[in-house]
Amino acid sequence: MANTTQPLISVKNLHKKFGTLEVLKGVDLDVQAGDVIAVIGPSGCGKSTLLRCLNLLEMPTGGSILLEDAFVFKNERFILKAKMKAIPDKKSEEYLALKTEYECLKKEEKLIEKTVNKTINIHRQKIGMVFQQFNLFPHLTVLNNITLAPIKLKKCTKEEAEAKAMALLEKVGLADKANAYPSTLSGGQKQRIAIVRALAMEPDIMLFDEPTSALDPEMVGEVLKVMTELAKEGMTMVVVTHEMGFAKEVASRIIFMSDGVIKEENAPKEFFENPKDERLKEFLSKVL
Amino acid sequence: MNWYNTLIKDDRWKMYVNGIEETIIISLGAIAFGILLGVIVALIKYVNKKYDRFKIGAKVCDLYLTVFRGTPVYVQLLIMYLVVLVAFPTRTTAIVTFGINSGAYVAEIIRGGLESVDDGQLEAGASLGLTRTQVMLFIILPQGFRRALPALFNEFIALIKETSIVGTIGVVDITKVAERIIARTYEPFTPYLVTAIIYLVIVIVLTQLLKLLEKKLAKGDKNG
Repeated sequence: MANTTQPLISVKNLHKKFGTLEVLKGVDLDVQAGDVIAVIGPSGCGKSTLLRCLNLLEMPTGGSILLEDAFVFKNERFILKAKMKAIPDKKSEEYLALKTEYECLKKEEKLIEKTVNKTINIHRQKIGMVFQQFNLFPHLTVLNNITLAPIKLKKCTKEEAEAKAMALLEKVGLADKANAYPSTLSGGQKQRIAIVRALAMEPDIMLFDEPTSALDPEMVGEVLKVMTELAKEGMTMVVVTHEMGFAKEVASRIIFMSDGVIKEENAPKEFFENPKDERLKEFLSKVL
Repeated sequence: MNWYNTLIKDDRWKMYVNGIEETIIISLGAIAFGILLGVIVALIKYVNKKYDRFKIGAKVCDLYLTVFRGTPVYVQLLIMYLVVLVAFPTRTTAIVTFGINSGAYVAEIIRGGLESVDDGQLEAGASLGLTRTQVMLFIILPQGFRRALPALFNEFIALIKETSIVGTIGVVDITKVAERIIARTYEPFTPYLVTAIIYLVIVIVLTQLLKLLEKKLAKGDKNG
Protein backbone atom coordinates (compact mmCIF):
# COMPACT_ATOMS: atom_id res chain seq x y z
CA MET A 1 0.00 0.00 0.00
CA ALA A 2 0.99 3.57 -0.57
CA ASN A 3 2.34 5.34 2.47
CA THR A 4 1.26 8.87 3.30
CA THR A 5 4.13 10.58 1.55
CA GLN A 6 3.53 8.82 -1.72
CA PRO A 7 0.33 10.02 -3.32
CA LEU A 8 -2.32 7.54 -4.41
CA ILE A 9 -2.96 9.58 -7.50
CA SER A 10 -0.63 12.21 -8.79
CA VAL A 11 -1.68 14.50 -11.61
CA LYS A 12 0.85 16.73 -13.31
CA ASN A 13 0.24 19.51 -15.79
CA LEU A 14 -2.90 17.88 -17.12
CA HIS A 15 -4.39 19.25 -20.34
CA LYS A 16 -7.58 18.28 -22.09
CA LYS A 17 -8.91 19.66 -25.32
CA PHE A 18 -12.23 18.89 -26.96
CA GLY A 19 -11.52 19.90 -30.54
CA THR A 20 -10.32 23.46 -30.21
CA LEU A 21 -11.91 23.99 -26.81
CA GLU A 22 -9.31 23.73 -24.06
CA VAL A 23 -11.08 22.52 -20.93
CA LEU A 24 -8.10 21.69 -18.71
CA LYS A 25 -5.14 24.01 -18.99
CA GLY A 26 -2.55 22.45 -16.77
CA VAL A 27 -3.87 20.91 -13.57
CA ASP A 28 -1.61 19.60 -10.80
CA LEU A 29 -3.14 17.52 -8.05
CA ASP A 30 -1.91 15.00 -5.51
CA VAL A 31 -4.40 12.75 -3.77
CA GLN A 32 -3.03 11.07 -0.64
CA ALA A 33 -4.57 7.94 0.82
CA GLY A 34 -7.34 9.01 3.18
CA ASP A 35 -7.85 12.41 1.57
CA VAL A 36 -11.37 13.67 1.04
CA ILE A 37 -11.08 16.32 -1.62
CA ALA A 38 -14.01 18.47 -2.63
CA VAL A 39 -13.76 20.11 -6.03
CA ILE A 40 -15.93 23.15 -6.53
CA GLY A 41 -16.19 25.78 -9.20
CA PRO A 42 -18.51 27.35 -11.74
CA SER A 43 -20.13 25.29 -14.50
CA GLY A 44 -17.85 24.49 -17.41
CA CYS A 45 -14.66 25.07 -15.44
CA GLY A 46 -13.47 21.52 -16.08
CA LYS A 47 -14.09 19.88 -12.71
CA SER A 48 -16.06 16.97 -14.13
CA THR A 49 -13.55 16.59 -16.95
CA LEU A 50 -10.72 16.42 -14.42
CA LEU A 51 -12.55 13.71 -12.51
CA ARG A 52 -13.29 11.74 -15.66
CA CYS A 53 -9.64 11.98 -16.70
CA LEU A 54 -8.58 10.37 -13.41
CA ASN A 55 -10.02 7.00 -14.45
CA LEU A 56 -9.43 7.67 -18.13
CA LEU A 57 -13.09 7.79 -19.12
CA GLU A 58 -11.81 10.89 -20.85
CA MET A 59 -8.38 10.62 -22.44
CA PRO A 60 -6.31 13.68 -21.54
CA THR A 61 -4.45 15.43 -24.33
CA GLY A 62 -1.35 16.22 -22.34
CA GLY A 63 0.38 15.90 -18.98
CA SER A 64 0.65 12.81 -16.81
CA ILE A 65 -1.31 10.78 -14.29
CA LEU A 66 0.31 8.37 -11.86
CA LEU A 67 -1.71 5.82 -9.97
CA GLU A 68 0.21 4.35 -7.05
CA ASP A 69 3.44 5.52 -8.65
CA ALA A 70 2.80 3.91 -12.04
CA PHE A 71 2.01 5.95 -15.10
CA VAL A 72 -1.52 5.44 -16.35
CA PHE A 73 -1.15 8.36 -18.70
CA LYS A 74 1.87 10.25 -19.93
CA ASN A 75 2.09 12.77 -22.72
CA GLU A 76 4.68 15.42 -22.07
CA ARG A 77 5.91 15.62 -25.62
CA PHE A 78 3.20 18.11 -26.52
CA ILE A 79 5.18 20.77 -24.64
CA LEU A 80 8.22 20.10 -26.80
CA LYS A 81 6.03 20.18 -29.86
CA ALA A 82 4.77 23.64 -28.94
CA LYS A 83 8.36 24.79 -28.41
CA MET A 84 9.36 23.37 -31.77
CA LYS A 85 6.53 25.21 -33.45
CA ALA A 86 7.74 28.47 -31.97
CA ILE A 87 11.14 28.15 -33.63
CA PRO A 88 10.92 29.55 -37.16
CA ASP A 89 14.22 28.11 -38.40
CA LYS A 90 13.65 24.37 -38.87
CA LYS A 91 17.36 23.77 -39.40
CA SER A 92 18.74 25.50 -36.34
CA GLU A 93 20.65 23.43 -33.80
CA GLU A 94 18.14 24.29 -31.14
CA TYR A 95 15.31 22.89 -33.25
CA LEU A 96 17.15 19.70 -34.11
CA ALA A 97 18.06 19.10 -30.47
CA LEU A 98 14.43 19.53 -29.52
CA LYS A 99 13.40 17.18 -32.27
CA THR A 100 15.72 14.43 -31.06
CA GLU A 101 14.39 14.87 -27.55
CA TYR A 102 10.84 14.81 -28.89
CA GLU A 103 11.33 11.57 -30.81
CA CYS A 104 12.90 9.94 -27.78
CA LEU A 105 10.06 11.00 -25.51
CA LYS A 106 7.51 9.92 -28.06
CA LYS A 107 8.94 6.43 -28.12
CA GLU A 108 8.80 6.17 -24.33
CA GLU A 109 5.29 7.57 -24.10
CA LYS A 110 3.94 5.38 -26.88
CA LEU A 111 5.23 2.39 -24.97
CA ILE A 112 3.41 3.54 -21.82
CA GLU A 113 0.25 4.06 -23.87
CA LYS A 114 0.47 0.55 -25.22
CA THR A 115 0.87 -1.03 -21.78
CA VAL A 116 -1.88 1.12 -20.29
CA ASN A 117 -4.30 0.14 -23.05
CA LYS A 118 -3.91 -3.43 -21.90
CA THR A 119 -4.15 -2.69 -18.20
CA ILE A 120 -6.70 0.11 -18.21
CA ASN A 121 -9.42 -2.14 -16.79
CA ILE A 122 -7.22 -3.10 -13.87
CA HIS A 123 -6.60 0.57 -13.08
CA ARG A 124 -10.30 1.28 -13.22
CA GLN A 125 -11.03 -1.56 -10.82
CA LYS A 126 -9.08 0.40 -8.22
CA ILE A 127 -11.07 3.56 -8.87
CA GLY A 128 -14.78 3.60 -8.07
CA MET A 129 -16.94 6.18 -9.76
CA VAL A 130 -20.37 7.57 -8.98
CA PHE A 131 -22.17 9.55 -11.67
CA GLN A 132 -24.61 12.42 -11.56
CA GLN A 133 -27.15 10.36 -13.55
CA PHE A 134 -26.60 7.18 -11.44
CA ASN A 135 -26.20 5.00 -14.56
CA LEU A 136 -27.53 1.88 -12.90
CA PHE A 137 -28.08 -1.01 -15.30
CA PRO A 138 -31.87 -0.95 -15.85
CA HIS A 139 -32.11 -4.54 -17.08
CA LEU A 140 -30.61 -5.99 -13.90
CA THR A 141 -31.93 -6.20 -10.37
CA VAL A 142 -30.24 -4.14 -7.68
CA LEU A 143 -28.34 -7.19 -6.46
CA ASN A 144 -27.16 -8.07 -9.97
CA ASN A 145 -26.16 -4.47 -10.59
CA ILE A 146 -23.84 -4.73 -7.62
CA THR A 147 -22.46 -8.22 -8.20
CA LEU A 148 -22.03 -8.06 -12.00
CA ALA A 149 -18.53 -6.62 -12.03
CA PRO A 150 -17.06 -8.56 -9.06
CA ILE A 151 -18.32 -11.84 -10.49
CA LYS A 152 -17.40 -11.23 -14.13
CA LEU A 153 -13.96 -9.96 -13.16
CA LYS A 154 -13.53 -13.03 -10.95
CA LYS A 155 -12.76 -11.06 -7.85
CA CYS A 156 -14.87 -13.52 -5.88
CA THR A 157 -17.47 -16.27 -6.24
CA LYS A 158 -21.15 -15.56 -6.76
CA GLU A 159 -21.95 -16.43 -3.13
CA GLU A 160 -19.22 -14.19 -1.74
CA ALA A 161 -20.24 -11.33 -4.02
CA GLU A 162 -23.87 -11.63 -2.99
CA ALA A 163 -23.04 -11.81 0.70
CA LYS A 164 -20.88 -8.72 0.36
CA ALA A 165 -23.52 -6.89 -1.66
CA MET A 166 -26.15 -7.65 0.98
CA ALA A 167 -23.86 -6.40 3.74
CA LEU A 168 -23.27 -3.16 1.85
CA LEU A 169 -26.97 -2.77 1.08
CA GLU A 170 -27.70 -3.27 4.76
CA LYS A 171 -25.29 -0.47 5.54
CA VAL A 172 -27.03 2.02 3.26
CA GLY A 173 -30.45 0.82 4.43
CA LEU A 174 -31.60 -0.74 1.17
CA ALA A 175 -31.35 -4.47 1.85
CA ASP A 176 -35.08 -4.87 1.13
CA LYS A 177 -34.55 -3.57 -2.42
CA ALA A 178 -32.08 -6.28 -3.44
CA ASN A 179 -34.45 -7.89 -5.92
CA ALA A 180 -36.09 -4.70 -7.19
CA TYR A 181 -35.34 -3.21 -10.59
CA PRO A 182 -33.78 0.28 -10.67
CA SER A 183 -36.83 1.81 -12.40
CA THR A 184 -38.86 1.24 -9.23
CA LEU A 185 -36.46 3.22 -7.01
CA SER A 186 -36.27 6.90 -6.10
CA GLY A 187 -33.30 9.03 -7.14
CA GLY A 188 -31.76 8.93 -3.70
CA GLN A 189 -32.11 5.15 -3.54
CA LYS A 190 -30.59 4.79 -7.00
CA GLN A 191 -27.59 6.89 -6.05
CA ARG A 192 -27.02 4.92 -2.85
CA ILE A 193 -27.14 1.72 -4.92
CA ALA A 194 -24.66 3.27 -7.37
CA ILE A 195 -22.31 3.98 -4.46
CA VAL A 196 -22.65 0.40 -3.24
CA ARG A 197 -22.02 -0.89 -6.76
CA ALA A 198 -18.74 1.01 -6.92
CA LEU A 199 -17.77 -0.07 -3.37
CA ALA A 200 -18.36 -3.74 -4.19
CA MET A 201 -15.20 -3.63 -6.31
CA GLU A 202 -13.26 -2.61 -3.17
CA PRO A 203 -11.65 0.41 -4.81
CA ASP A 204 -8.73 2.33 -3.31
CA ILE A 205 -10.35 5.60 -4.19
CA MET A 206 -13.86 6.81 -4.97
CA LEU A 207 -14.71 9.55 -7.45
CA PHE A 208 -18.05 11.35 -7.16
CA ASP A 209 -19.23 13.42 -10.11
CA GLU A 210 -21.90 15.77 -8.73
CA PRO A 211 -23.63 12.87 -7.00
CA THR A 212 -26.52 14.94 -5.65
CA SER A 213 -27.14 17.34 -8.53
CA ALA A 214 -29.85 15.22 -10.17
CA LEU A 215 -31.73 14.59 -6.92
CA ASP A 216 -34.82 16.07 -5.35
CA PRO A 217 -33.77 18.34 -2.47
CA GLU A 218 -35.36 15.91 -0.01
CA MET A 219 -33.10 13.09 -1.16
CA VAL A 220 -29.80 14.92 -1.09
CA GLY A 221 -29.42 14.27 2.64
CA GLU A 222 -29.59 10.47 2.48
CA VAL A 223 -26.86 10.34 -0.18
CA LEU A 224 -24.61 12.82 1.62
CA LYS A 225 -25.02 10.78 4.80
CA VAL A 226 -23.69 7.68 3.07
CA MET A 227 -20.79 9.68 1.68
CA THR A 228 -20.01 11.19 5.06
CA GLU A 229 -19.90 7.74 6.65
CA LEU A 230 -17.63 6.56 3.89
CA ALA A 231 -15.27 9.47 4.50
CA LYS A 232 -15.22 8.72 8.23
CA GLU A 233 -14.21 5.13 7.49
CA GLY A 234 -11.12 6.48 5.80
CA MET A 235 -12.06 6.06 2.14
CA THR A 236 -10.06 8.25 -0.20
CA MET A 237 -12.52 10.41 -2.06
CA VAL A 238 -12.58 13.10 -4.73
CA VAL A 239 -15.97 14.77 -4.87
CA VAL A 240 -17.10 17.27 -7.46
CA THR A 241 -19.98 19.00 -5.75
CA HIS A 242 -22.10 22.09 -5.31
CA GLU A 243 -22.93 21.13 -1.72
CA MET A 244 -20.89 23.70 0.19
CA GLY A 245 -22.05 22.32 3.54
CA PHE A 246 -20.69 18.90 2.70
CA ALA A 247 -17.42 20.38 1.45
CA LYS A 248 -17.03 22.42 4.62
CA GLU A 249 -17.75 19.62 7.05
CA VAL A 250 -16.45 16.47 5.43
CA ALA A 251 -13.65 17.42 3.08
CA SER A 252 -10.06 17.50 4.25
CA ARG A 253 -9.13 19.77 1.38
CA ILE A 254 -11.11 21.92 -1.00
CA ILE A 255 -10.10 22.79 -4.52
CA PHE A 256 -11.52 25.68 -6.45
CA MET A 257 -11.34 25.37 -10.21
CA SER A 258 -12.02 28.04 -12.75
CA ASP A 259 -11.15 28.35 -16.45
CA GLY A 260 -9.47 24.97 -16.56
CA VAL A 261 -6.98 25.49 -13.75
CA ILE A 262 -6.91 25.08 -9.98
CA LYS A 263 -7.21 28.60 -8.63
CA GLU A 264 -7.07 27.81 -4.95
CA GLU A 265 -6.51 24.79 -2.76
CA ASN A 266 -6.87 24.86 1.00
CA ALA A 267 -8.24 23.29 4.17
CA PRO A 268 -11.99 23.95 4.50
CA LYS A 269 -11.79 26.51 7.30
CA GLU A 270 -9.16 28.63 5.62
CA PHE A 271 -10.82 28.15 2.25
CA PHE A 272 -14.16 29.58 3.28
CA GLU A 273 -13.00 32.15 5.84
CA ASN A 274 -10.01 33.53 4.09
CA PRO A 275 -10.19 33.05 0.33
CA LYS A 276 -7.36 34.68 -1.57
CA ASP A 277 -8.24 34.28 -5.22
CA GLU A 278 -10.48 37.02 -6.61
CA ARG A 279 -12.59 34.63 -8.68
CA LEU A 280 -13.12 32.43 -5.63
CA LYS A 281 -14.24 35.41 -3.53
CA GLU A 282 -16.76 36.26 -6.21
CA PHE A 283 -17.92 32.63 -6.44
CA LEU A 284 -18.31 32.26 -2.68
CA SER A 285 -20.21 35.53 -2.39
CA LYS A 286 -22.76 34.08 -4.80
CA VAL A 287 -23.17 30.59 -3.39
CA LEU A 288 -22.96 31.18 0.35
CA MET B 1 -65.35 -22.29 -54.67
CA ASN B 2 -64.50 -25.94 -54.71
CA TRP B 3 -63.27 -27.14 -51.34
CA TYR B 4 -63.52 -30.80 -52.29
CA ASN B 5 -61.21 -30.47 -55.28
CA THR B 6 -58.81 -28.22 -53.40
CA LEU B 7 -58.40 -30.19 -50.18
CA ILE B 8 -59.98 -33.61 -50.17
CA LYS B 9 -59.54 -35.15 -53.62
CA ASP B 10 -56.31 -37.18 -53.90
CA ASP B 11 -55.48 -36.16 -50.31
CA ARG B 12 -54.40 -32.70 -51.49
CA TRP B 13 -54.49 -31.35 -47.92
CA LYS B 14 -51.31 -33.34 -47.38
CA MET B 15 -49.61 -31.15 -49.95
CA TYR B 16 -50.54 -28.14 -47.84
CA VAL B 17 -49.14 -29.78 -44.73
CA ASN B 18 -45.83 -30.36 -46.53
CA GLY B 19 -45.95 -26.78 -47.83
CA ILE B 20 -46.47 -25.41 -44.32
CA GLU B 21 -43.54 -27.46 -43.10
CA GLU B 22 -41.36 -26.10 -45.91
CA THR B 23 -42.38 -22.48 -45.30
CA ILE B 24 -41.76 -22.79 -41.57
CA ILE B 25 -38.37 -24.48 -41.95
CA ILE B 26 -37.18 -21.86 -44.42
CA SER B 27 -38.51 -18.98 -42.31
CA LEU B 28 -37.02 -20.23 -39.05
CA GLY B 29 -33.71 -21.03 -40.71
CA ALA B 30 -33.57 -17.61 -42.32
CA ILE B 31 -34.56 -15.85 -39.08
CA ALA B 32 -31.83 -17.66 -37.12
CA PHE B 33 -29.25 -16.96 -39.79
CA GLY B 34 -30.42 -13.35 -40.07
CA ILE B 35 -30.18 -12.72 -36.34
CA LEU B 36 -26.68 -14.18 -36.15
CA LEU B 37 -25.49 -12.11 -39.09
CA GLY B 38 -27.41 -9.02 -38.02
CA VAL B 39 -26.05 -9.03 -34.46
CA ILE B 40 -22.48 -9.40 -35.68
CA VAL B 41 -22.83 -6.59 -38.23
CA ALA B 42 -24.61 -4.34 -35.71
CA LEU B 43 -21.89 -4.92 -33.10
CA ILE B 44 -19.10 -4.17 -35.57
CA LYS B 45 -20.76 -0.94 -36.62
CA TYR B 46 -21.53 0.05 -33.02
CA VAL B 47 -18.01 -0.66 -31.78
CA ASN B 48 -16.63 1.22 -34.78
CA LYS B 49 -18.72 4.24 -33.88
CA LYS B 50 -18.07 4.23 -30.12
CA TYR B 51 -14.47 3.05 -29.94
CA ASP B 52 -13.18 3.80 -33.42
CA ARG B 53 -12.14 0.22 -34.07
CA PHE B 54 -12.81 -2.34 -36.85
CA LYS B 55 -12.54 0.34 -39.53
CA ILE B 56 -12.27 -2.09 -42.44
CA GLY B 57 -14.90 -4.39 -40.92
CA ALA B 58 -17.34 -1.48 -40.71
CA LYS B 59 -16.70 -0.60 -44.36
CA VAL B 60 -17.39 -4.19 -45.40
CA CYS B 61 -20.59 -4.14 -43.33
CA ASP B 62 -21.71 -0.93 -45.03
CA LEU B 63 -21.14 -2.50 -48.42
CA TYR B 64 -23.16 -5.55 -47.40
CA LEU B 65 -26.04 -3.40 -46.15
CA THR B 66 -26.07 -1.28 -49.30
CA VAL B 67 -26.06 -4.24 -51.67
CA PHE B 68 -28.58 -6.45 -49.90
CA ARG B 69 -31.01 -3.70 -48.97
CA GLY B 70 -30.65 -2.08 -52.35
CA THR B 71 -31.60 -5.03 -54.56
CA PRO B 72 -34.83 -7.08 -54.65
CA VAL B 73 -34.76 -10.30 -52.69
CA TYR B 74 -36.30 -12.02 -55.75
CA VAL B 75 -33.26 -11.12 -57.85
CA GLN B 76 -30.95 -12.16 -55.00
CA LEU B 77 -32.70 -15.53 -54.87
CA LEU B 78 -32.28 -16.09 -58.61
CA ILE B 79 -28.61 -15.14 -58.54
CA MET B 80 -27.97 -17.44 -55.58
CA TYR B 81 -29.85 -20.30 -57.22
CA LEU B 82 -28.39 -19.96 -60.70
CA VAL B 83 -24.86 -18.71 -59.93
CA VAL B 84 -23.57 -18.80 -56.37
CA LEU B 85 -25.11 -21.85 -54.70
CA VAL B 86 -25.72 -24.05 -57.75
CA ALA B 87 -24.50 -27.22 -56.05
CA PHE B 88 -26.72 -26.88 -52.98
CA PRO B 89 -30.25 -28.17 -52.31
CA THR B 90 -32.87 -25.52 -53.10
CA ARG B 91 -34.03 -25.39 -49.49
CA THR B 92 -30.51 -24.46 -48.35
CA THR B 93 -30.31 -21.83 -51.09
CA ALA B 94 -33.59 -20.34 -49.89
CA ILE B 95 -32.51 -20.27 -46.24
CA VAL B 96 -29.15 -18.70 -47.03
CA THR B 97 -30.61 -16.07 -49.37
CA PHE B 98 -33.37 -15.00 -47.03
CA GLY B 99 -30.96 -15.17 -44.08
CA ILE B 100 -28.46 -12.85 -45.73
CA ASN B 101 -31.19 -10.52 -46.92
CA SER B 102 -32.95 -10.39 -43.57
CA GLY B 103 -29.60 -10.03 -41.77
CA ALA B 104 -29.11 -6.66 -43.43
CA TYR B 105 -32.41 -5.36 -42.04
CA VAL B 106 -31.87 -7.00 -38.66
CA ALA B 107 -28.43 -5.37 -38.46
CA GLU B 108 -29.84 -1.89 -38.84
CA ILE B 109 -32.68 -2.60 -36.42
CA ILE B 110 -30.30 -3.88 -33.73
CA ARG B 111 -27.80 -1.11 -34.32
CA GLY B 112 -30.63 1.35 -33.71
CA GLY B 113 -31.41 -0.48 -30.48
CA LEU B 114 -27.78 -0.45 -29.34
CA GLU B 115 -27.36 3.23 -30.11
CA SER B 116 -30.46 4.09 -28.14
CA VAL B 117 -28.72 2.84 -24.98
CA ASP B 118 -27.39 5.78 -23.01
CA ASP B 119 -23.63 6.38 -23.15
CA GLY B 120 -23.68 6.52 -19.36
CA GLN B 121 -24.13 2.74 -19.43
CA LEU B 122 -20.86 2.35 -21.32
CA GLU B 123 -19.13 4.64 -18.85
CA ALA B 124 -20.59 2.94 -15.80
CA GLY B 125 -19.42 -0.42 -17.11
CA ALA B 126 -15.97 0.90 -17.92
CA SER B 127 -15.63 2.63 -14.55
CA LEU B 128 -16.19 -0.71 -12.80
CA GLY B 129 -13.21 -2.13 -14.68
CA LEU B 130 -15.19 -4.35 -17.04
CA THR B 131 -13.56 -4.95 -20.41
CA ARG B 132 -15.17 -3.61 -23.56
CA THR B 133 -16.31 -7.09 -24.51
CA GLN B 134 -17.93 -7.58 -21.11
CA VAL B 135 -19.63 -4.19 -21.31
CA MET B 136 -21.02 -5.10 -24.75
CA LEU B 137 -22.12 -8.58 -23.76
CA PHE B 138 -23.65 -7.96 -20.35
CA ILE B 139 -24.78 -4.33 -20.46
CA ILE B 140 -25.29 -2.89 -23.95
CA LEU B 141 -26.45 -5.92 -25.95
CA PRO B 142 -29.24 -7.07 -23.57
CA GLN B 143 -30.67 -3.55 -23.38
CA GLY B 144 -30.27 -2.76 -27.08
CA PHE B 145 -31.71 -6.09 -28.14
CA ARG B 146 -34.76 -5.63 -25.98
CA ARG B 147 -35.42 -2.20 -27.40
CA ALA B 148 -35.09 -3.58 -30.92
CA LEU B 149 -37.60 -6.39 -30.32
CA PRO B 150 -40.80 -4.78 -31.67
CA ALA B 151 -39.07 -3.77 -34.91
CA LEU B 152 -37.40 -7.19 -35.11
CA PHE B 153 -40.78 -8.94 -34.85
CA ASN B 154 -42.01 -6.80 -37.71
CA GLU B 155 -39.07 -7.92 -39.79
CA PHE B 156 -39.73 -11.61 -39.02
CA ILE B 157 -43.36 -11.32 -40.05
CA ALA B 158 -42.37 -9.64 -43.31
CA LEU B 159 -39.78 -12.36 -43.88
CA ILE B 160 -42.29 -15.20 -43.56
CA LYS B 161 -44.49 -13.64 -46.21
CA GLU B 162 -41.53 -12.86 -48.48
CA THR B 163 -40.64 -16.55 -48.59
CA SER B 164 -43.70 -17.04 -50.81
CA ILE B 165 -41.41 -16.49 -53.82
CA VAL B 166 -39.25 -19.58 -53.17
CA GLY B 167 -41.45 -21.55 -55.58
CA THR B 168 -39.44 -19.85 -58.32
CA ILE B 169 -36.42 -22.00 -57.51
CA GLY B 170 -38.48 -25.14 -57.10
CA VAL B 171 -39.12 -25.23 -53.37
CA VAL B 172 -42.68 -26.41 -52.73
CA ASP B 173 -43.91 -24.01 -50.05
CA ILE B 174 -47.52 -23.02 -49.27
CA THR B 175 -47.78 -20.76 -52.29
CA LYS B 176 -46.28 -23.29 -54.69
CA VAL B 177 -48.71 -25.92 -53.41
CA ALA B 178 -51.61 -23.70 -54.47
CA GLU B 179 -50.13 -23.33 -57.94
CA ARG B 180 -49.79 -27.09 -58.30
CA ILE B 181 -53.36 -27.72 -57.24
CA ILE B 182 -54.60 -25.05 -59.65
CA ALA B 183 -52.73 -26.82 -62.44
CA ARG B 184 -55.00 -29.80 -61.80
CA THR B 185 -58.32 -28.12 -61.01
CA TYR B 186 -58.16 -25.00 -63.23
CA GLU B 187 -59.81 -23.13 -60.40
CA PRO B 188 -57.56 -20.51 -58.76
CA PHE B 189 -59.73 -18.95 -56.06
CA THR B 190 -60.00 -21.66 -53.40
CA PRO B 191 -56.36 -22.83 -53.40
CA TYR B 192 -55.05 -19.27 -53.09
CA LEU B 193 -57.65 -18.51 -50.42
CA VAL B 194 -56.43 -21.51 -48.42
CA THR B 195 -52.85 -20.34 -48.86
CA ALA B 196 -53.71 -16.83 -47.70
CA ILE B 197 -55.54 -18.17 -44.64
CA ILE B 198 -52.56 -20.33 -43.70
CA TYR B 199 -50.17 -17.34 -43.85
CA LEU B 200 -52.61 -15.32 -41.79
CA VAL B 201 -52.87 -18.00 -39.12
CA ILE B 202 -49.08 -18.40 -38.93
CA VAL B 203 -48.60 -14.66 -38.55
CA ILE B 204 -51.36 -14.35 -35.92
CA VAL B 205 -49.93 -17.21 -33.86
CA LEU B 206 -46.43 -15.76 -34.14
CA THR B 207 -47.62 -12.29 -33.16
CA GLN B 208 -49.22 -13.66 -30.02
CA LEU B 209 -46.10 -15.61 -29.11
CA LEU B 210 -43.91 -12.58 -29.61
CA LYS B 211 -46.23 -10.41 -27.54
CA LEU B 212 -45.84 -12.85 -24.67
CA LEU B 213 -42.07 -12.80 -25.06
CA GLU B 214 -42.01 -9.02 -25.13
CA LYS B 215 -44.07 -8.83 -21.96
CA LYS B 216 -41.75 -11.27 -20.25
CA LEU B 217 -38.74 -9.19 -21.15
CA ALA B 218 -40.32 -5.84 -20.36
CA LYS B 219 -39.22 -5.84 -16.72
CA GLY B 220 -36.97 -2.97 -15.76
CA ASP B 221 -36.97 -1.44 -19.21
CA LYS B 222 -36.71 2.12 -18.07
CA ASN B 223 -33.75 4.31 -17.49
CA GLY B 224 -31.75 3.45 -14.38
